[in-house]
Amino acid sequence: MEKFTTLQSTAIPLAIENIDTDQIIPARFLKATDRNGFGENAFRDWRFNKDGSVNTDFALNQKEYSGSILVAGNNFGCGSSREHAAWALTDYGFKVVVSSFFADIFKGNALNNGLLPVQVSDDFLKVLLNEIKENPKTELIVNLEKQTISVANTSFKEHFEIDPYKKTCLINGYDDIDYLLSKKELITQFENQRS
Amino acid sequence: MSKKTLFDKVWDAHVVDAIENGPQILYIDKHLIHEVTSPQAFNELKARNIPIFRPDQIVATADHNTPTVDQHLPVKDDLSRKQLKQLSENCKANYITLYELGHKYNGIVHVMAPELGITQPGMTIVCGDSHTSTHGAFGSIAFGIGTSQVAQVFASQCLLLTKPKSLRVTVNGTLKKGVLPKDVILYIIAQIGTNAGTGYFCEYAGDVFENMSMEGRMTVCNMSIEMGARGGMIAPDQTTFDYVKDREFAPKGKDFEDKVAYWKTLPTDEGAIFDKEYTFNAEDIEPMITYGTNPGMGIKITDNIPQFNDASFEKSLKYMDFKKGESLIDKTINYVFIGSCTNSRIEDFRIAAQYIKGKQKADNVTAWLVPGSKQVESQIIEEGLKSIFENAGFKLRQPGCSACLAMNDDKIPEGEYCVSTSNRNFEGRQGQGSRTILASPLVAAATAIEGKIIDVTATNFVAEEI
Ligand code: SF4
Repeated sequence: MEKFTTLQSTAIPLAIENIDTDQIIPARFLKATDRNGFGENAFRDWRFNKDGSVNTDFALNQKEYSGSILVAGNNFGCGSSREHAAWALTDYGFKVVVSSFFADIFKGNALNNGLLPVQVSDDFLKVLLNEIKENPKTELIVNLEKQTISVANTSFKEHFEIDPYKKTCLINGYDDIDYLLSKKELITQFENQRS
Repeated sequence: MSKKTLFDKVWDAHVVDAIENGPQILYIDKHLIHEVTSPQAFNELKARNIPIFRPDQIVATADHNTPTVDQHLPVKDDLSRKQLKQLSENCKANYITLYELGHKYNGIVHVMAPELGITQPGMTIVCGDSHTSTHGAFGSIAFGIGTSQVAQVFASQCLLLTKPKSLRVTVNGTLKKGVLPKDVILYIIAQIGTNAGTGYFCEYAGDVFENMSMEGRMTVCNMSIEMGARGGMIAPDQTTFDYVKDREFAPKGKDFEDKVAYWKTLPTDEGAIFDKEYTFNAEDIEPMITYGTNPGMGIKITDNIPQFNDASFEKSLKYMDFKKGESLIDKTINYVFIGSCTNSRIEDFRIAAQYIKGKQKADNVTAWLVPGSKQVESQIIEEGLKSIFENAGFKLRQPGCSACLAMNDDKIPEGEYCVSTSNRNFEGRQGQGSRTILASPLVAAATAIEGKIIDVTATNFVAEEI
């Protein structure tokens, strides 16, 4: 997994609530057996119109917006457990998703793929969406070490929570499998005690 | 000693170790896998040269991607066939039991495992599928995981997890006639919202669940994820023990008796404290229906769509092509789906058959009746339900997830409404541009007969004991 410490980037605003994983990556694209290439189909049915043309009303298609941070409405990532949603977002180029609320499984999947979910207050989310809409060149700064997200060149700043263990994993770029494998003896002991 | 909840008891019995200020290592008893969320996990282990730690504790099935007709023929879709083939190869190479297409135990993972007795009270069960919550109906801790976690369980039979908070939903009283378990859970979600459960594990308690069959309890626990919870549980009792007894992989004889003695210790202690509680009255629940694009957008079938001024709400109604304040009664419906891990068990087909018996399917309706497993399929035939369906103009399809997520050919055409017994009404869930209306198998059956949504409570239909 790639290491994550800080990120400064412009952001794409997606002011829609309850974005479910069926929208992030529709089921018909889940037939691949490896992890790559899902970015192409991220938000497929929102990015393209029914006739296949590009939906220019959708933020990801609007030229003024770019960057590796996605700022989305409340309850992001609800629905299916498909990790393909996290793969689609990272493959598309996102490194951070900001929302005022994340669905559990999505949050875990994101963290396991080096995609940082930053949960902010409803008010701060509004500030971010406004700032970006007013000036699409606005840069956000995410500092994982200090657990802060701020709007560059302003005083807007908020602290965010993250599980300390997950934070260490992200900063060092190692994952749960490494950790669990180091505990094999303990796990076997546990099995023996139970039987 | 401190009072414990059902969830605490099962969780605590599976903690191997805890990281200071961090997650706990939770031991997993059973790991269920299917073709869509496992290939990348197998690849990862292979790439890192890590063996599968406990292949005996893994059971695989093919369900998400499988066709529901002509299952004896090679799968037509190239990518689906490849994904199924990869599952077979991965299972073979790693000595994992697989019930592949055509096997007498094949079926949707959450239908197949309980009916084989793989699911038992007090266990920890995971699967790369959010509706793993279904198995909580037995008083087990069961939840969906992502593919990275599938790889973790492959490697160590454990997961690193932070213990969720506890939530209890109590429903007391007696359900009205025609109100099914599906209505109960749709009602709860409509009341508390789609993220009320996020961060929580839910226990369902009260008369309504105590008096419910195992099939009904599975329907309820299945949709726990739709209110945001990782899982739902119901305390094991005599109904649970009777269901598990004598199933293929259930403990037998003295082993079974010993297990039952242990299972009886699992229910929540009187006076145990939950982080959050909700209480509802059974008498307030009516047959339900959804009108929007998330499962919390549900109303009593006879109610009108509410009038909220909210951008997300309006976006949702626009997608569904419904208006604020309108009633869904008499809406023409051309598609009906009875199936999915929520409502594809024998009871669901029994109730549908009871309603359909002696009537004829409406001409405008295309109806897909998809059993959850080969065993359910056989039972439908044995009990004579198949001929009831056929006489009414329906065809029974073969088991699988089917139109629940439309990964196979069972897709609802763009712009069409489908009254569906599945669990998600997200945009495009049943095919690009499709419009899903979630309901119980009774409401779905009535819709298929009438060709439109009707008030089932106004018919003189009275369900017999199922
Ligand atoms: S029936 Fe639907 S919800 Fe259930 S496992 Fe299959 S796809 Fe998932």
